[in-house]
Amino acid sequence: MGYPHRSHPKETPVLSKHFGDAQARTLEGWKQRGGYRALEQALGMTPADVVNVVKESGLRGRGGAGFPTGLKWSFMKPGDGKPHYLCVNADESEPGTFKDREIMRWTPHALIEGAAICAHAIGAETTYIYIRGEFTEPLRIMEAAVKEAYAAGILGANAMGKGPRIDVFVHRGAGAYICGEETALMNSIEGKRGNPRIKPPFPAAAGVFGQPTTINNVETLCAVPHILVNGAAWYKSLSLSSPKSTGTKLFSACGTIARPGNYEVTLGFPFKDFLYDLCGGPLPGRRLKAVIPGGSSVPIQTMEEAESTLMDYEGFVAKGTMLGSGGVIVFDDSVCMVRMIARLARFYAHESCAQCTQCREGTAWTTRILERIERGQGTMQDLDVLLELSENMTGKTICVLSDSCAAPIVSGIAKFKSEFEAHITGKKCPVSAAAA
Amino acid sequence: MSAHGTDAAEAYKPVFAGAVSGELDALLARYPTKMAALLPALWLVQRERGWVSPEAMVEVAERLGLTPAYVKGVVSFYTMYHTHPVGRHFIQVCTTSPCGACGAEKVVEAMLKHTGCGDLGATSPDGRFTVIEVECLGACGFATPVMVNDDFVESVTPDKVPQLLTQYK
Amino acid sequence: MPGERGGGLMADAAVVNLTIEGRAVSVPAGTSILEAARRAGVLVPHYCYHPGLPVAGVCRMCLVEVEKAPKLVPSCATAVAEGNVVHVHSPKALEARKGVLEFLLINHPLDCPICDQAGECELQDYTFREGRAEGRLGPEPKRFTPAEDFGGDVLYVTNRCILCTRCVRFMDDVAKDPVLNVSERGDRAIIGKFEGRDLTHPWAANVVDLCPVGALISKDFLHKARAWELDRTASICPNCTQGCNTMLETRDNMVVRMKPRPNAEVNHYYLCDEGRADYRWMNRADRLEAPLVKQGNGRLSAIDWESALKAAAAHLNGKRIFAVVSPMLSTESLWMLSRLVERSAGAGAFRVRRGAEAPLAGVKDLALRAERAANVRAAEIFGFVKSEHPLEGARHGDVLLLAGHELAPEDLPVLAKSHATIVIGTHLPDEAREALVAFPATNIAEEDGTFVNLRGRVQRYLQARAAPGMARPVWWSAADLLAMLGERASYFTAAEAFAAMAAARPEFAGMSYDGLGLAGAAIASAGQPAGAAR
Repeated sequence: MGYPHRSHPKETPVLSKHFGDAQARTLEGWKQRGGYRALEQALGMTPADVVNVVKESGLRGRGGAGFPTGLKWSFMKPGDGKPHYLCVNADESEPGTFKDREIMRWTPHALIEGAAICAHAIGAETTYIYIRGEFTEPLRIMEAAVKEAYAAGILGANAMGKGPRIDVFVHRGAGAYICGEETALMNSIEGKRGNPRIKPPFPAAAGVFGQPTTINNVETLCAVPHILVNGAAWYKSLSLSSPKSTGTKLFSACGTIARPGNYEVTLGFPFKDFLYDLCGGPLPGRRLKAVIPGGSSVPIQTMEEAESTLMDYEGFVAKGTMLGSGGVIVFDDSVCMVRMIARLARFYAHESCAQCTQCREGTAWTTRILERIERGQGTMQDLDVLLELSENMTGKTICVLSDSCAAPIVSGIAKFKSEFEAHITGKKCPVSAAAA
Repeated sequence: MSAHGTDAAEAYKPVFAGAVSGELDALLARYPTKMAALLPALWLVQRERGWVSPEAMVEVAERLGLTPAYVKGVVSFYTMYHTHPVGRHFIQVCTTSPCGACGAEKVVEAMLKHTGCGDLGATSPDGRFTVIEVECLGACGFATPVMVNDDFVESVTPDKVPQLLTQYK
Repeated sequence: MPGERGGGLMADAAVVNLTIEGRAVSVPAGTSILEAARRAGVLVPHYCYHPGLPVAGVCRMCLVEVEKAPKLVPSCATAVAEGNVVHVHSPKALEARKGVLEFLLINHPLDCPICDQAGECELQDYTFREGRAEGRLGPEPKRFTPAEDFGGDVLYVTNRCILCTRCVRFMDDVAKDPVLNVSERGDRAIIGKFEGRDLTHPWAANVVDLCPVGALISKDFLHKARAWELDRTASICPNCTQGCNTMLETRDNMVVRMKPRPNAEVNHYYLCDEGRADYRWMNRADRLEAPLVKQGNGRLSAIDWESALKAAAAHLNGKRIFAVVSPMLSTESLWMLSRLVERSAGAGAFRVRRGAEAPLAGVKDLALRAERAANVRAAEIFGFVKSEHPLEGARHGDVLLLAGHELAPEDLPVLAKSHATIVIGTHLPDEAREALVAFPATNIAEEDGTFVNLRGRVQRYLQARAAPGMARPVWWSAADLLAMLGERASYFTAAEAFAAMAAARPEFAGMSYDGLGLAGAAIASAGQPAGAAR
């Protein structure tokens, strides 16, 4: 919903139903709104049955990868005698994305409930909620909610008096985007530098502390209670286009748009309606120019591409980009694309963990070239070099931060070449009045 | 948040004494290894002292059975730990592209001007403020977000800056 | 795979067949593609991978093309699969490597003219073979960070570092002392230590060997010689009983560096700091260069070998010999000396210097040993008694034979009482000037020979520099003395001397120089039959 928290009629408020409602934060308030019925139900089912319901629903990871959630849970082998772990990825650092923050601020118990159901399904006695260090308010709220849940016996040695031990601990990050990558997140929990790991081994085989682990995004887990209570068929029915994309998604709209905020729509929703209707279109006197629909790590779309996109995993791929985290960054005709892309490259250069050669050196080098072009000191050869470097940075590293840096560069040069050329040959920014 | 550096003549006082030591013990119970308590332990240090000094790194290392070199490697990876004293109020302004498109740079300028810091990373002469740019703070729809120590302030614009700063003595 | 030591294989009987660069190869399941390629005779260029260290997979040089795989795969971190068809030099793989090299070189300083690594630098090597001909870094300046003295023998030239992290993994996993870290993030990352805490681990200098470029360099070797000027000879470290395999590197007949030579049974890939630093004595110039015989006027004067041997034999004939030997003499030399002693119904002893033991925690049975000499085991095999006061027994003999023994102050009163002293050694100390005869000896750098390490492993070392003057290996002088005294002892090479010893002593039965090769073998009394070399 837009700020301040009023749903648009075309939204499908499931996770966001209680955004803005301070009462929903407390345990009592949450219960009054139907909370913890799903957990009660799940604890009465076998873990395998819970996994099957989630599989049936078609729920896919909402953090950015879109991996089928039920399938991921099924990789955790029951009865292997090893401690299983659930790590909740609340590291939300992808530029343009701010949905998990809202979920945790307004409905912390939704996350606890979803995580507890997952913990039961995968046999994990211990859950770590990894919250980025900057999210001080969500940290406070989640800690308080966890405390409430323990006091009420929902968490602890005998969850809900029914059975398994479900322990939940909040773990605070300390300023590293890369810790949102699932293996880097595990290393960070272990007290190490947030370096992504080579896969295989996969987390379900050897994850945090070397034990079988599942990592799920906040939004993903918060969908689970609804799926259990309303059924997999209900969730599957929430699909406007591709049957492989089911349910709702919180899309975070930001940038130069009239009504920035989080909007929850059914997957397959027309992107044009999203941008011009839900988000209110451009600011007065402006025209929309470009969109990065999935957080900054996916290719940039022209408005022509965006306006014909259907918002689901397959729909975005069909229009040359990806759904990613659903962080919709909108740029209008007052924004210099070269400057934005240079600033994104700087972001990736700052966040590179430094393991892989291409990422460590490439993010920094491309940033410098882009900033030089922005200043009016670039050459046409620089564009060729940028494209070649982007090629060398794609598909060759332990994680995809390197690819993410390359994506806006490649799509930016392809689709907004005139702006680059203006900086290079004209030595000035075509957007701002002053010379570059 | 306090921000005293260690006086060269003053002996280093351990952070993990008394109640804080108890907090660390509680944290250790959450993880199967001592090393996993490192990030939480460093947060305790920063809460108590305002920054993580080399002596504090040695203390944490000893408490967790690690080497100081290892602790330093971890501290230097995570940008939120300060490795030198900072102003009493540490201001972080997000300038990554979504906020950049919404005028974040003007907010930075206003901050530098009204705090008296002048330069990014410098502490103001009265020791009150340090201002830095940071990467995406995860509140892109509420541009421009600013953190002052642990306070997360949304939708800051240049004209709101003077009023905002008066809250922080 | 990641986390496992690169050289180790998973215990699995299954065999995997694959094709690498058109060559068919079969390897145990769990082998990495990079190791399988090595077995097929194909080198996959790499930096961060090392068989003695856990796999990191960070440098990205080893990316290869595997048919049907969606992306290039890091061959050091990917296990072989049945039927893999691997291309190491396909256009895609070459392009990827070229890309990595370019990224490494943009900030790498043009230090080759002043960098010790030049000539043995893997960045130079691969760039020459596969890198871009020209750099295309624009007006952007190269990153600069000052160099740092890490302490001990190690200097860190930050700008040259390619962040392969071999040094960090060595200290973490092999030395078990995590005192090196990676600091900062992104292109600001550097290797570091904690301020005020130097790199004092007794095996730390191995990081210099491990560093593929000139980022970690030896202060001892700083600007001393160029890699391409060096001759390299296989040898054994003489400085303790571990018997680490080494490479003696010489320039203009001077030993300028000692480096480890890999041996999976002894020292893996490593050499301790104390051992590798202690080579200067091999270059000593104040040497005995000719045989000396005491003349009528009481002075020693230089003379030919034949005359000197005759003079010595005359003193030794029918007399009981008490020999004080050096535990750093070769096995062949010690055997010959023991024959001299035995036939005279004499006895012998040796002193060995001791120091603190320093294990390399991550490697089984590897340490700088307390006894600081290479051939204690052989000395004991041949009946020489280890003693703090080795000259004590001299009073039971008629002639005192000092062979390589380093005189200590407490030895001098005993020495002074000796009426008949013969010295065989590399130099003649003033206190021994009363000797009747002195024979010039070669040191271990100047001869072929063998040592027996503390586990009974017999290992060869080869001659690395020319001997000074008329110096000869001790076994040769001793054999000639035996011959003068009527024994059968005629050998022209160390190999022949060794063969004779193998025929005469059950511990060495069946061994030969050819059989020992450069890897060595265990002696029979170590609980196994004399083994063939690997």
